[in-house]
Amino acid sequence: MLRFLLFRLALLIPTFVGVSIVAFAFIRLLPGDPIMMLAGERGISAERYAELQAAYGFDRPIIVQYLDYLWGLLHGDLGTSVVTRRPVLDEFFTLFPATLELSLCAITLAVFLGVPLGVIAAVKRGSWVDQSIMGTALVGYSMPIFWWGLLLIILFSGILGWTPVSGRISLLYFFPPVTGFMLIDSLLSGQDGAFRSALSHLVLPSIVLATIPLAVIARQTRSAMLEVLGEDYVRTARSKGLPPARVIGLHALRNALIPVITTIGLQIGVLMAGAILTETIFSWPGIGKWMVDSVFKRDYAVVQGGLLLIAGIIMLVNLIVDVLYGLVNPRIRH
Amino acid sequence: MKMKLTFAAALMAATAMSSAAAAKTLVYCSEGSPEGFDPALYTAGTTFDASSKAVYNRLVQFEPGTTNTVPGLAESWEVSDDGLEITFHLREGVQFHSTNFFTPTREFNADDVLFSFNRQLQEDAPFHDYVSGASWEYFNAMSMPDLIESIEKVDDMTVKFTLTRPEAPFIANLAMDFASIMSKEYADQLAEAGNEGNLNQQPIGTGPFQFVAYQPDAVIRYQAHENYWNGRQPIDDLVFSITTEASVRQQKLLAGECHIMPYPNPADVESLEENSDITLMQQEGLNVGYLAYNTQQEPFDQKEVRKALNMAINKEAIIEAVFQGSGQIAKNPIPPTMWSYNDAVEDDPYDPDAAREMLEEAGVTDLSMRVWAMPVQRPYNPNARRMAELIQEDFSNVGVDVEIVSYEWGEYLERSKEEDRDGAVLLGWTGDNGDPDNFLAVLLGCDAVGGANRAQWCNEEFNDLVQEAKTLQSQEERAELYEQAQVIFKEEAPWATIAHSTVFMPMRNEVEGYKMDPLGGHAFEGVDLAE
Repeated sequence: MLRFLLFRLALLIPTFVGVSIVAFAFIRLLPGDPIMMLAGERGISAERYAELQAAYGFDRPIIVQYLDYLWGLLHGDLGTSVVTRRPVLDEFFTLFPATLELSLCAITLAVFLGVPLGVIAAVKRGSWVDQSIMGTALVGYSMPIFWWGLLLIILFSGILGWTPVSGRISLLYFFPPVTGFMLIDSLLSGQDGAFRSALSHLVLPSIVLATIPLAVIARQTRSAMLEVLGEDYVRTARSKGLPPARVIGLHALRNALIPVITTIGLQIGVLMAGAILTETIFSWPGIGKWMVDSVFKRDYAVVQGGLLLIAGIIMLVNLIVDVLYGLVNPRIRH
Repeated sequence: MKMKLTFAAALMAATAMSSAAAAKTLVYCSEGSPEGFDPALYTAGTTFDASSKAVYNRLVQFEPGTTNTVPGLAESWEVSDDGLEITFHLREGVQFHSTNFFTPTREFNADDVLFSFNRQLQEDAPFHDYVSGASWEYFNAMSMPDLIESIEKVDDMTVKFTLTRPEAPFIANLAMDFASIMSKEYADQLAEAGNEGNLNQQPIGTGPFQFVAYQPDAVIRYQAHENYWNGRQPIDDLVFSITTEASVRQQKLLAGECHIMPYPNPADVESLEENSDITLMQQEGLNVGYLAYNTQQEPFDQKEVRKALNMAINKEAIIEAVFQGSGQIAKNPIPPTMWSYNDAVEDDPYDPDAAREMLEEAGVTDLSMRVWAMPVQRPYNPNARRMAELIQEDFSNVGVDVEIVSYEWGEYLERSKEEDRDGAVLLGWTGDNGDPDNFLAVLLGCDAVGGANRAQWCNEEFNDLVQEAKTLQSQEERAELYEQAQVIFKEEAPWATIAHSTVFMPMRNEVEGYKMDPLGGHAFEGVDLAE
């Protein structure tokens, strides 16, 4: 197990170097640069432009800039945002808890609904239950998220008034962030109703963000279950007269879960990279929107640093999934 | 003991809650996050709303709802006869904010003025480089480094600016956001503690609201400045709830989660107007959208050709299709709300037949040209692609073949400046300080050829008028020259002036006393909430 872990960890190094090169090159390949973006319609004189280029160090050869960046990385310095002039790492850690909180809620929702639905669909294969679950999943999978989010806001916040429109907590509550997770911070604050408010703000964004993973997980669970349900040992268990719930829950589901875990892991990775659309609709202060804004402003340091951090998180999640996978299925370890 | 403490904490929380409920809180659903809180470092309106408008004052200020300059932290000023020396007499008894991170020991004085300007002007001044790459962009864009010879403290309450040349718009420039007055005492304290960067994160000013907290991309909180020189605000707390999506801002407004919002979707204006809970304020924007010919390129170097093309454009159709009614036809290069606007100028009539004849007379047949369409949405042009298509159709009616081109925004701005650029460019401008010079010299002056003068148009007569106007102190005399300049502009037709947009500001009915800023800012001084 230790060798397996070490091997996986060693693989991360070349991946990281690769990502750092791609992240560095990608934003520079786009036309325009941060100085031109800041100047806008007003424009900027050639001398002033050259001055600023030099001030930011953009006038140096590209390879020197990259090595400088790499040197900073090795010292844990991801650079400073051209726009806000704050260290990239500070900005990231201010915003990341919001993304993490939302994605954990969404994935929990997706797993606790998606897996049972997939199992039911598989067991009732071909029936109207199966068809309606899979039909709904297909709709959910192909739903344009932006439109879906707005639709829910208009219905539940606008017409029915059940949920708040956007944000993380009612503006009435104000306490300094401790952990960055609003659910925890609202409890710690001791303010009456703060937790409830934070929870109610999570409902709609979680539903919207969970929609696609839920559909993917339900479909994956169904097909994995169908495969397992046709196996000999399931037939044997059934013919032994075990209750159906036990056959499905214990014998079939456990084996069917292996590919489902992979799917869930991948979905977590995707969600943590920042749910750009969901964060935008619900004014959720997470890293997805942060990254998109920085691309538009050509904020080199934020884009390359942010990409690297996100890649790091996805790699970490994948590593955890692989390890889990190894635990569930000993054959993988060797 | 522990029980008692918990009880006490609960009691405190309960009192805090009840007082919070009684406090008057105005919630503004802002459209984006500020880049920082030092307005001199930035150029974006979103940043100014959150920093200079709420937290700071300037020596002179724009009277709310107008572009007139009125006394701010300077109670009065004199200009010497040669226009080179301007002496400001500062207001007595002005207090800086007292917060949990700074307690002032003295009132506002000349040192604060010197600090605020010198850090932008002098390379060796404290706080010139306090954040990496501090570029003082607006200060530079308004040519302040060339213009200001020196700033002197005459006494504690008097400051004298010496200029290198007479410049009438200078006073209006000092009302701009970059000229906000910071506390030198606070800056010194930060420098001593090695926390210079906080000047841009936790602002201290003299303005109507004091900064409480900022959660990036989520909320900015302010509270009323108790000792504000212009009177304590009627509301207790001001909250910016950052909501980037226009349709979501509208939902929040309708649900009562915020009281006021900027920039509604043009398509939603009608439904907002019909909503009985909402008051919809509107104002002509201080902007202009135009099509700039390259007047150095054949055949656009002939004014008859430019004029003919201007007559081929159906502006009414553009206002209808592109602005969905939220705009008005432009005939001059400056908007009608600006002083010196020449209403006597007549717009070129829409007359395709006459246009075709004029082109033939000028010997232009089988003309094909490029029209550049901006890739971004701007108040002065919400849909450049659509506008370009309408112009393409109009031009084809007079036998001119149009190819529409577009580039990524940064590249568009850069390439459109080139003197040998091929084609006419769609672009526009939003005023900085309400001075006509900010349009006429910046966009059409000879110095700006190869820069912001996208028509590459240098007309000596026009240029002389605009330059002369800059040296005069009397607004009346200046206006006369600008009016003449607009007549020349119309005759020479370097642009097709297309539209001025209308700006909408929806708010809940309980909001009282809000004034729309013609310069496009959002300020809440004097705003109240009805019980």
